Amino acid sequence: MKLYLKIWRQKDASSPGKIVDYTLDGVEGDMSFLEMLDILNEELVSKGEEPVEFDHDCREGICGTCSLQINGEPHGPDRLVTTCQLHMRKFKDGDTIVIEPFRAKAFPVIKDLIVDRSAFDRIQQAGGYISVNTSGNTIDANTIPINKHDADEAMDAATCIGCGACVAACKNASAMLFTSAKVSQFALLPQGRIEATERVQNMVRQMDLEGFGNCTNTGACEVECPKGISLTNIARMNREYLSAISKG
Amino acid sequence: MGILDSKIPSGPLADKWTKHKNEINLVNPANKRNIDIIVVGTGLAGGAAAATLAELGYNVKTFCYQDSPRRAHSIAAQGGINAAKNYQGDGDSNYRLFYDTIKGGDYRSREANVYRLAEVSGNIIDQCVAQGVPFAREYGGMLDNRSFGGVLVSRTFYAKGQTGQQLLLGAYAAMNRQINRGKIQAYNRHEMMDLVLVDGKARGIIARDLVSGKIERHSAHAVVLATGGYGNVFYLSTNAMGSNVMAAWRAHRKGAFFANPCFTQIHPTCIPVSGEHQSKLTLMSESLRNDGRIWVPKKKEDAIAIREGKLKPTEIAEEDRDYYLERRYPAFGNLVPRDVASRAAKERCDAGYGVNKTGEAVFLDFASAIKRYGKEKALTSGIKNPDEATIIKLGEEVIEAKYGNLFQMYEKIVDQNPYKTPMMIYPAVHYTMGGLWVDYNLQTTIPGCYAAGEANFSDHGANRLGASALMQGLADGYFVLPYTIGDYLSHDIRTGPIPTDTKEFDEAEQDVRNRMEKLMSGSGIHSVDYYHKKLGKIMWNKCGMARNAKDLESAMTEISELRKDFWENVKVPGSMDSKNQELEKAGRVADFLELGELFAKDALHRNESCGGHFREEYQTEDGEALRDDENFKYVAAWEYTGEPKDAKLHKEDLVYENIELKTRSYK
Repeated sequence: MKLYLKIWRQKDASSPGKIVDYTLDGVEGDMSFLEMLDILNEELVSKGEEPVEFDHDCREGICGTCSLQINGEPHGPDRLVTTCQLHMRKFKDGDTIVIEPFRAKAFPVIKDLIVDRSAFDRIQQAGGYISVNTSGNTIDANTIPINKHDADEAMDAATCIGCGACVAACKNASAMLFTSAKVSQFALLPQGRIEATERVQNMVRQMDLEGFGNCTNTGACEVECPKGISLTNIARMNREYLSAISKG
Repeated sequence: MGILDSKIPSGPLADKWTKHKNEINLVNPANKRNIDIIVVGTGLAGGAAAATLAELGYNVKTFCYQDSPRRAHSIAAQGGINAAKNYQGDGDSNYRLFYDTIKGGDYRSREANVYRLAEVSGNIIDQCVAQGVPFAREYGGMLDNRSFGGVLVSRTFYAKGQTGQQLLLGAYAAMNRQINRGKIQAYNRHEMMDLVLVDGKARGIIARDLVSGKIERHSAHAVVLATGGYGNVFYLSTNAMGSNVMAAWRAHRKGAFFANPCFTQIHPTCIPVSGEHQSKLTLMSESLRNDGRIWVPKKKEDAIAIREGKLKPTEIAEEDRDYYLERRYPAFGNLVPRDVASRAAKERCDAGYGVNKTGEAVFLDFASAIKRYGKEKALTSGIKNPDEATIIKLGEEVIEAKYGNLFQMYEKIVDQNPYKTPMMIYPAVHYTMGGLWVDYNLQTTIPGCYAAGEANFSDHGANRLGASALMQGLADGYFVLPYTIGDYLSHDIRTGPIPTDTKEFDEAEQDVRNRMEKLMSGSGIHSVDYYHKKLGKIMWNKCGMARNAKDLESAMTEISELRKDFWENVKVPGSMDSKNQELEKAGRVADFLELGELFAKDALHRNESCGGHFREEYQTEDGEALRDDENFKYVAAWEYTGEPKDAKLHKEDLVYENIELKTRSYK
């Protein structure tokens, strides 16, 4: 198929960017979206032009490196997939595709379609862990039985890949879904309850410091999340937060 | 023994590690504050090591090319992690895990290392649960297990099909705790370009900030390389696009021996190649072989009809299917080790029974598991005499709960529903058992340079068993390296900070700059990917699942010629002083072009078949690997001398005091 691409090009963080038009022929349905961009880049390199830079790594939907706002949607039109697993069979011959970086104040553009998501790391550093030493000298893993339902729910929250689609989808560029996924994982497990009060306050504080907006419950994040992280986690984080601040 | 001293402690096997820990030197907490350690790579091994070393009090700097440590490719491991907990009461023990791993590795790994791995395996699970890793549980609240290939017990712990992700996020969280305390400085989007030696010791690295392009000097008292494997030398593999050998290869060029490069794991269950545009291959977890049955049609005409789309796999009668693993290996059936399963798939496809357009695919079928689970679920749900549709519906729900994310991934890529029609799979490059040679302390042949996880060669011999990579990465990082590195660093308590304004750093930085300038000055005929794909084809066709002397010899010549062509004609646009993904790729491919030749040389010199290394000249009458213990019971450690083809071989003899060497049989 033949595609008309409108791609955001930006030299570096301090230069202004603009949309550049490209026409690409010979795209097949079995290609992934990133393989389609590979072909474009191969053409650009052969013409001596600089290829379009975009973040990607595992190309199997788990590392969370790839991003892209495709026709206005993070990770494109398909549901429950990252861009690397979006296949071109979702598009048809003659389509125009607009490709932009994830847009948020807290995610500044580094180059072309690459953004800086280190704000996410700093939110995790503020409290996204259980303070145990890694000596291995803990209690036997089966000492504390954990209800299967709770364990499964914790796992569902823990599957967040930190890609930032939730932020890009949100009109407020809120990072509540991301932050709440980690808060929930630990709030649901007995090991995590011990520091729950401090954790939620520290992580929320950092989230606000990074310049992310607040949640107004539109639910766009849940729709666009490639891992289907549930909005329930935001409700749980709010509950945890209220309970934490009322404890002082 | 000369420089290849494995430093294995004396004494009975089960006591070696404890004895060693009791005898090595420690560094007191006040002195640890004066010692710097660089950790390159932040996957399971690197992340775990960085967190633990920082927790002990050392000053740690981590480096990763990704934008966050959480993205290291350990995250993609699906199926699980082994541990000799014996929670199932099925007879498991440290000894059995040790034995299975040595046998699975086809008797090409060190007894003492593997026993230590088994010994600490239980601690890993305790540690990860304490960190909040949400492993799968049974209804009673206890941890659940499943089985993997090459073993007869259930010892694999898992978190759905995302075990690697959960373990990596655990290590990442432990790192974050130390970053928050200021004990780890994380340099993300940084690539190690070279190792710096001062007086023969590893004392730092030259790194490139991948955003600004700036070349930086970083010094330390020791350098840990936890940079993963080199499967991408095949271009197409299950590795991440950025996975590379640069750090290990730079260390190799500076004096670290490279061990058993030809020991590569071709994983049997990956989604087949769909076309020339393919950039990477996707694994379908080995855990699927717990419930999936592998088959091809018995009749060639059926296989042809399927390839032409005239027949559906579900239309082939049970008696016309060849469940070839169950047929050839009745004791282990579909759960034979990976090397055996991969070769068996290749054998059937080469014989003309492949089932997709390219003829390079076999079926992995869940129909009978769906029925089995459906019947059981109907019974436990109180449904008497359930009809076929109910059974299938219930069975599909059970399968979805176990493998849902894998099935979804398959459907997105292949556009077929694996609940209704069998999956198509084919072997793909997955893991490299070879790597930097290390002694029992995980130290390379360069003093102060350590290698952990997949980057070293140590524990898996010629074939790694499923769910053992996560175990080894975390064992190295959490429990082995933090002890053993102290023994070395105890001599550095009076050294003080290592300066970076010395001639050693000047020279290393200049070398890096020269190399990059040379890469940018190619005549500009072909892109980096053009060369990478060419290299991949040579590797897959001549150094892949079956190898022979003639092909390996020609592979060496072809790779050497390709390397020359690359350095003259590669095209790298953009500049050195900014973000430049083509330049990043070029540096990595340049090193693959050297490693590939050494790989072929190693495969050529090893005149036997063992594990993942199958030489067509050395096989039994029924096509099984024919090992030669008399002549090849050693680790091949290669010393860099200038050209890969001139690498000098050093042998570390493998001594088996506790295990009798046998022909590996899974029949």
